[in-house]
Amino acid sequence: MTEPAKRQAILERMRRALAVDADDTARRATVTKRITEHAPNLIPARARIAHKDQTALFRQQAEAVQATVTDVKTEEDVPEAITEYLRSQNLPQSVRYGEDVLLNGLPWRAKSPTLELNKGPAQPADEVSLCRAIAGIAETGTLVLTSGIDNPTTLNFLPENHIVVVSAKHITGTYEDVWQILRKEYGERTLPRTVNMISGPSRTGDIEQRIELGAHGPRRLHIIIIG
Amino acid sequence: MKPQPTSRNFKRNVVEALDNEQLQRALTNVPAGFIEKRRKAREKLPEFDALRDQARDIKNHTLRHLDLYLEEYETQVTASGGHVHWCETPEDVNAAVIEICRKHSARSVTKGKSMVSEEVHLNAALDEAGIEPVETDLGEYIIQLRNETPSHIIAPAVHLNRDQIEADFRATHTDLPADRNLDDSSALVNEARQILRKKFIDSDVGVTGANLLIAETGTSIIVTNEGNGDLTLSLPKVHVVLATIEKLVPTLEDASTILRLLARSGTGQEFSAYTTYSTGPRRDGDPDGPEEYHVILLDNGRTNMLGGVFQDMLRCIRCGACLNHCPVYQAVGGHAYGWVYPGPMGSVLTPSLIGVDEAGHLPNASTFCGRCEEVCPMRIPLPKMMRHWREREFERHLTPAMIRSGLSVWAFFAKRPALYRVATGVAMRLLKLWSGRDGKLETLRFAGGWTKHRDFPAPQGSTFMAQWAKRRHD
Ligand code: SF4
Repeated sequence: MTEPAKRQAILERMRRALAVDADDTARRATVTKRITEHAPNLIPARARIAHKDQTALFRQQAEAVQATVTDVKTEEDVPEAITEYLRSQNLPQSVRYGEDVLLNGLPWRAKSPTLELNKGPAQPADEVSLCRAIAGIAETGTLVLTSGIDNPTTLNFLPENHIVVVSAKHITGTYEDVWQILRKEYGERTLPRTVNMISGPSRTGDIEQRIELGAHGPRRLHIIIIG
Repeated sequence: MKPQPTSRNFKRNVVEALDNEQLQRALTNVPAGFIEKRRKAREKLPEFDALRDQARDIKNHTLRHLDLYLEEYETQVTASGGHVHWCETPEDVNAAVIEICRKHSARSVTKGKSMVSEEVHLNAALDEAGIEPVETDLGEYIIQLRNETPSHIIAPAVHLNRDQIEADFRATHTDLPADRNLDDSSALVNEARQILRKKFIDSDVGVTGANLLIAETGTSIIVTNEGNGDLTLSLPKVHVVLATIEKLVPTLEDASTILRLLARSGTGQEFSAYTTYSTGPRRDGDPDGPEEYHVILLDNGRTNMLGGVFQDMLRCIRCGACLNHCPVYQAVGGHAYGWVYPGPMGSVLTPSLIGVDEAGHLPNASTFCGRCEEVCPMRIPLPKMMRHWREREFERHLTPAMIRSGLSVWAFFAKRPALYRVATGVAMRLLKLWSGRDGKLETLRFAGGWTKHRDFPAPQGSTFMAQWAKRRHD
């Protein structure tokens, strides 16, 4: 049987089992309505709080899953925060990042003249990557990153150390808030190729259920909140 | 070689499991870890049970309209540049994956954790086709080295102890110095990390599973902690998603509701480290990511569960909570069940997928304590469905004569309430008489297998029905 024939057979069997008709317009209308309305379900009270409390909750939740967090007043302070972090962890003064407008516009030369800057997707030898998150989700301390030239996806996973910058104004309560943001930016029924929700560094419990950080992805996740 | 189901030998498997000291030692980690963590996670989210109701309703709605949501999903995958391959059987899946690999002259395939891959025995098929399958989830990597199947749906190597894994690594990674220190888990994790890194970078095709599929956007979701799934899907030229038809949910919002339950129920985390939403291949201007995106959509008997008594099982999100909380699973581990899906969910699913002839014993692997249903985030009535299978098995007269006569005796009394009350009262007094002072029976006639490893508590007080009648009076 060809794939289209199998498709047909599966769908027909399904309709027989459900005792429904392929041309039932009411059913189709129900499905279309649900998809176009994409109504949120129950939203936990935990994240339905004032914005400044959401930022505090985000931080607390991210730290609970072993991310480290610092905050800086303005964008200009980011290069120094990075240099300082690398020094504190005994890491080389070298980062790789994409074409993100905010990251490209930072005063690197003026503030961190010794920091080596590499551009583009991750390379196997990279130790530290730098990305900008489009949002931080307070309810679970989760960062949201989207694929593309600005923040190549491999930067999120290949290097052992991941530094992520997020603006305080982009910290929000829930996952549902992020879907609304993405629909506004990309249109209905469309997502960027990859949306990564990241909560803490990589980990595994596969050996006797003991949690070890840095299984395959980053061992360290450092978050810098701006503003 | 393709592993054969051994569910028929469930009884023998259980006896062997109970006598396996290594296994018994490893299994003590299950209740200590998962159960306590789930309890805490649940406590921290007051809406947990209300979310379970909603998750159940979301899936019920989706299953009732599954044909239409699948069509919507397919349209969106195609619109984002991906391909959907409809498959009836495991053979169809393996043929489709091998064809994709051949097209790209792939010599090796990196794999994220996928239960569908286990269900169709993809690794054996790839091996036969001369393509090297590389499991990259640490637990899966370990059992691949040992040529074993997973013993748990979210913790594949939970049946092993650290020292066994160390021995496997020493036996396999022979080009590393023999005197290296592998004394703790972190040394083992690091070694696997170093070895698999190269595999990730050399891989031509990456195969992952899918926790959910979203009709709204044509998106597949993977939920992981290690990041191996993400390296699997972002580094190779091709990303192949293995999924089954019931993974669908209508919208991103619906997915979020279910995801609030998944990690909390399984590992007891509030959210897993990585939740990744993939929609189609690399876009114009993307500097990384796969150039091709394929979704293999498998039925393998699931449409036959629609519209019948086992439809509810299609709500399962493979969180593992029912395994973790099951006294039978805790005692014998996953391999005794003899096929891919162990524990209560496996006892219901396996007979549906490989037939009651093969797996008819599994629904008996229950004490009907009801904990599985209590913890199931999707509120699947697992004990009820196990009973359905038992009844079917009984009707087909596949049950050993002993159980059959036992059940017919019970049925005889159950249909005659007055007699039942008298008989159970008598039986209870008899059991109490047989037991010693401590109220425990060390052996039970007709149930020697059961009492070999534990004592059967002799019933105390009066029968349930007598107590019930008394309470109603009080
Ligand atoms: S049956 Fe329920 S508890 Fe068991 S794995 Fe499936 S969703 Fe989880």
